[in-house]
Amino acid sequence: MPGTECLRYVLKAAGPDSVLVVPACCTSVIQGIYPGTAMNVPVYNIAFAAAAACASGMSNAFCALGKETNVIVYAGDGGTVDIGIQALSGAFERGTNFLYICYDNEAYGNTGMQRSGSTPLGARTTTTPGGKPTGKKDLDRIVEAHNPPYMATACSAYPLDLYKKVKKALSIEGPKFIHILAPCPPGWRYPTEKTVEMGKLAVKTGTWILYEREYGKLTISGPSKAAMKRPAPLSDYINGQGRFKNLSPEVMDEMRQQVERNIQRLSREEAGVC
Amino acid sequence: MYEIRIHSRGGQGGVTAAKLLALAAFRDGKYATACPFYGAERRGAPVVSFVRIDDEPIKIYSQIHEPDLVIVLDTSIMDVVDVLQGLKSGGTVLLNSAHPLPGCNGTCRHVDLTGIALAENLVVAGSPILNTPVLGALAKMGVVTFPSAEKAIREMFADERNVKAAKAAYEELKA
Amino acid sequence: MLTIATGNKAVAAAVKAAKPGVVAAYPITPQTEIVEQIAEYVTDGDLESQYIPVESEHSAMAACIGASAGGVRTFTATSSHGLLYMHEMVHWAAGARLPIVMANVNRALGPGWNTWAEHSDAFSQRDTGWLQVFVGTVQEAYDATLMAFKIAEDERVLLPVMVNLDGFALSHIMQALETVDLGDFLPPYHLPHAIDTENPCVYGPMTGPADYFRFRWDIERSMRDARGVIAEVEREFAERFGRSYGPTEDYRCEDADVVVIAMGTLGKEAEVAVDRLRDEGIKAGSMRLRWFRPFPDLDLAGREVVVIDRDYSFGFGGVVAHSIRSKTGVVPYSVIAGLGGQEVTYNDIADFVRNRHPGTETWFGVSDHV
Repeated sequence: MPGTECLRYVLKAAGPDSVLVVPACCTSVIQGIYPGTAMNVPVYNIAFAAAAACASGMSNAFCALGKETNVIVYAGDGGTVDIGIQALSGAFERGTNFLYICYDNEAYGNTGMQRSGSTPLGARTTTTPGGKPTGKKDLDRIVEAHNPPYMATACSAYPLDLYKKVKKALSIEGPKFIHILAPCPPGWRYPTEKTVEMGKLAVKTGTWILYEREYGKLTISGPSKAAMKRPAPLSDYINGQGRFKNLSPEVMDEMRQQVERNIQRLSREEAGVC
Repeated sequence: MYEIRIHSRGGQGGVTAAKLLALAAFRDGKYATACPFYGAERRGAPVVSFVRIDDEPIKIYSQIHEPDLVIVLDTSIMDVVDVLQGLKSGGTVLLNSAHPLPGCNGTCRHVDLTGIALAENLVVAGSPILNTPVLGALAKMGVVTFPSAEKAIREMFADERNVKAAKAAYEELKA
Repeated sequence: MLTIATGNKAVAAAVKAAKPGVVAAYPITPQTEIVEQIAEYVTDGDLESQYIPVESEHSAMAACIGASAGGVRTFTATSSHGLLYMHEMVHWAAGARLPIVMANVNRALGPGWNTWAEHSDAFSQRDTGWLQVFVGTVQEAYDATLMAFKIAEDERVLLPVMVNLDGFALSHIMQALETVDLGDFLPPYHLPHAIDTENPCVYGPMTGPADYFRFRWDIERSMRDARGVIAEVEREFAERFGRSYGPTEDYRCEDADVVVIAMGTLGKEAEVAVDRLRDEGIKAGSMRLRWFRPFPDLDLAGREVVVIDRDYSFGFGGVVAHSIRSKTGVVPYSVIAGLGGQEVTYNDIADFVRNRHPGTETWFGVSDHV
C-alpha cells in the first residue's frame, strides 16, 4: 500500500524522537494487532474526527514538559477532508506546533472504497456506482487559508521529494501540512505493480502538482515543473484505472478543464502574475 | 434567616448588588448566599436576584418566595412585576426613587440612587451604577455594617467613587 | 484563605491549585465562567499551564487525551450539549486509562433550549468508565475537584473523574469558600503508560476479542478498587484540611424511619425539609448521594425511601430510584422533579415525604402517582 511505503519515508525523515497520531484509516490496520506492533516510534491511535485535536493536546503537553518531540498526524483523506476537517482547522488556527500529513487515496479505502470528499469527479466508488457527480474538495486551498508557515504536496511515486519535504517541515515551528497523493490498487482498480507508474502519471499529466508553500510563497517542485509546461495526455492516467471506466465525453472534458485551470493558476502564481 | 429579593433590569447591576451584599454580610461574620435567577440574559429585561443572610450555614438553593426585604432598583419594573409578592408582614421595601411610593406605609424606604450615581459620575456604558450606592442604604438600614459594606466594595471595585456613592446613600436615606 | 465565590470560581480555584500542564476547553453556559477564570489565571501568570482554546468539545476531550497521554495533568470543563458532543472521546479517555479531570456543570438538554440544572447530561455518560461525583456546595465543588485529581491519578484507579455541579443553582451562587494550601497533597503527575519515545509503544491498536474483553474487565476492576481509593483520599483530605466527605452525606439518618435520597443542591435543600418534618414529629433523614460511579453500597434496611430524580430514563424510570432499588432491594417512592431547573423548595420536598407512596412514581406538579 502506497500509504504504508510513504510512512517509511516519513519516519526515516522524522527520526526516533517522534510520535505518530493516527485516526481510523489504513494505518490503523497496518500497525499489527495488539500486542504486536510493526512500529518503532510511539503510535497514538485516536477516534476518526479527533487526530488534529489529540495532536494539539500532545504538542502542548510536550511543550509544557520542555520536550522537542515531533508530533505527526498521519491520516487518510476521509479523516482529513471530511470528518476531521474541523479539528484540523482548529489546530491550524491555534498555531499548534505539529506536522499533519494526509495520505490521500481519494476514498474511504479501509472500509472498502466508499466516496470521500477527496474522491475526484467521475470516479466510481461503492457509494458512487455511477461515478462521482462532483469534484474533489480542494483541501490544499482550505489549509492555505490558515496561512501555515509550511505546506506541501507530495506523491508516493516520488519518495525522495517526500523525504525532503518532511525534513523541511519538521525544521519549522508551527502547524505544517503535507498532502500525499497515494494511489490505491484495489480502490482505483489497476494492477499493483503499476502503483509507481500511476503516481508518476498523476504528476506528469498535471492532475497532481507537487509544490511547497513557505509562509505563503509558492515553489513548484522539480517533477511538476516539466509536467506543467508540457503535460502528458490526461487519458494516459485515466484509462489505466477501472474506477474511471466508461466516463462520458462531457465528464472527461470537465476533468481536462479542471487540470488546465489548476496548472494555469499555480503557474501564474509562481510567475508572480495575478 | 434574613431573605432579600432584588428587582432590577438586565444591565443595571442587580446581580452585582446581590454579590456585594452577600460579601458585606460575610465580612460581618455572617453566612450569606447570593443567587441570581438567570433567565434569558438580555439587557433591559426584568431580573431578580436573591440574598440570604444567617448565623448558620445556608442550605437553601430555591428562590425566595417570602422575602423580609424587597429592593427595587428600577421602579418602572413595578408596572410589569408585582414586587411586593410574598413580602412578609412587617417586611421592608427599599426603592431607588427620589420620592416615596404613594400609599406605601411606614415599611417603605426610598433613596435616589440614580441621582447619587450621576452626582459621582458613576456611569458605565451610559447607565448609572446602582449596586455600590445601594449598599450604603442597606448599611443605614442595618442589613450589614457600613465598614463591611465599604470593605466589600473595595474588594470588588478599585474606583473610590463607589465608596463615596455608598456613603452618600447612607447619609441620604431617611430614617 | 476564606473568601466568597461562585461554584464555577471554586472549581477554577481548585484547578489553579492542582496546576495542570494542559487545560483544553470550550465555553458553554453555565460552565463558561470556569474556562474564563482559568484563561485569566494563565494570562496573568497565576497558573503556569498550556491553555488550549479548542474549537469544539469533541476536540477538548481529544486534546486532553493527547496531553494526558503525553505526560501532564489535564483538566477540562463542560456542560449539557458540550458533554454530549464529546461523548465519543469520553469513552476513549476511560478506555485509554487517562486520569483526566472534568467539571460538568449539570444542565438540561434541548430542545427546547434550557440552561438550567438537570442531571440527564451526566447520566448519559454513566457507562463510559468515568468516575462521577456530584457536589452540593461551593466549598465541596472546590474540595471534590482537588480530590478528583488525586483519585484519578492513583495507580489503582487510572480512570477519569467527572465533578458535577448543578447549573446556576450551584455554578452561579455565591457562598463561603475556604481555599487551602495544598502542600504535597497532590503528588507530581505520573502516568505509568505515558508516551516515551525511548520506549515506543502503540496505544489503542486493533485488538482482538480476547484482549479487548480483558481490558474492559480491567476498567471494572479499577472501578471497584476506586471505592477504597476514594475513601482513603477523602480520609486524608479530612485529616489535612478538616472537611470530611463520603459516598453519601447523611443528615439525621441514624434513627430515621424515612430517608430522602437526592443529589446535588436538591440534596442540601432536603436537609432543610428534614428539619421541618422532624418538627412535625416525622422521623425523616436525608442521604445526599455524592458518588454515582462507582455506585456506593447503601444500607437502607428497615427504612422507607423517597428518591428525587433530577433526570429520567424514558420508557424506564428515574435513574437514581431504579439504581437504589436494584442495589438495595428497597422499593422507593420515586419523585421526578427539578428537570430543566424546575423550582423545588424544601417545602415541596417535605410534601414528597408527607405524601409518599412507595412503589409508585410521581412527576412533581405534572402527574399523580403512576
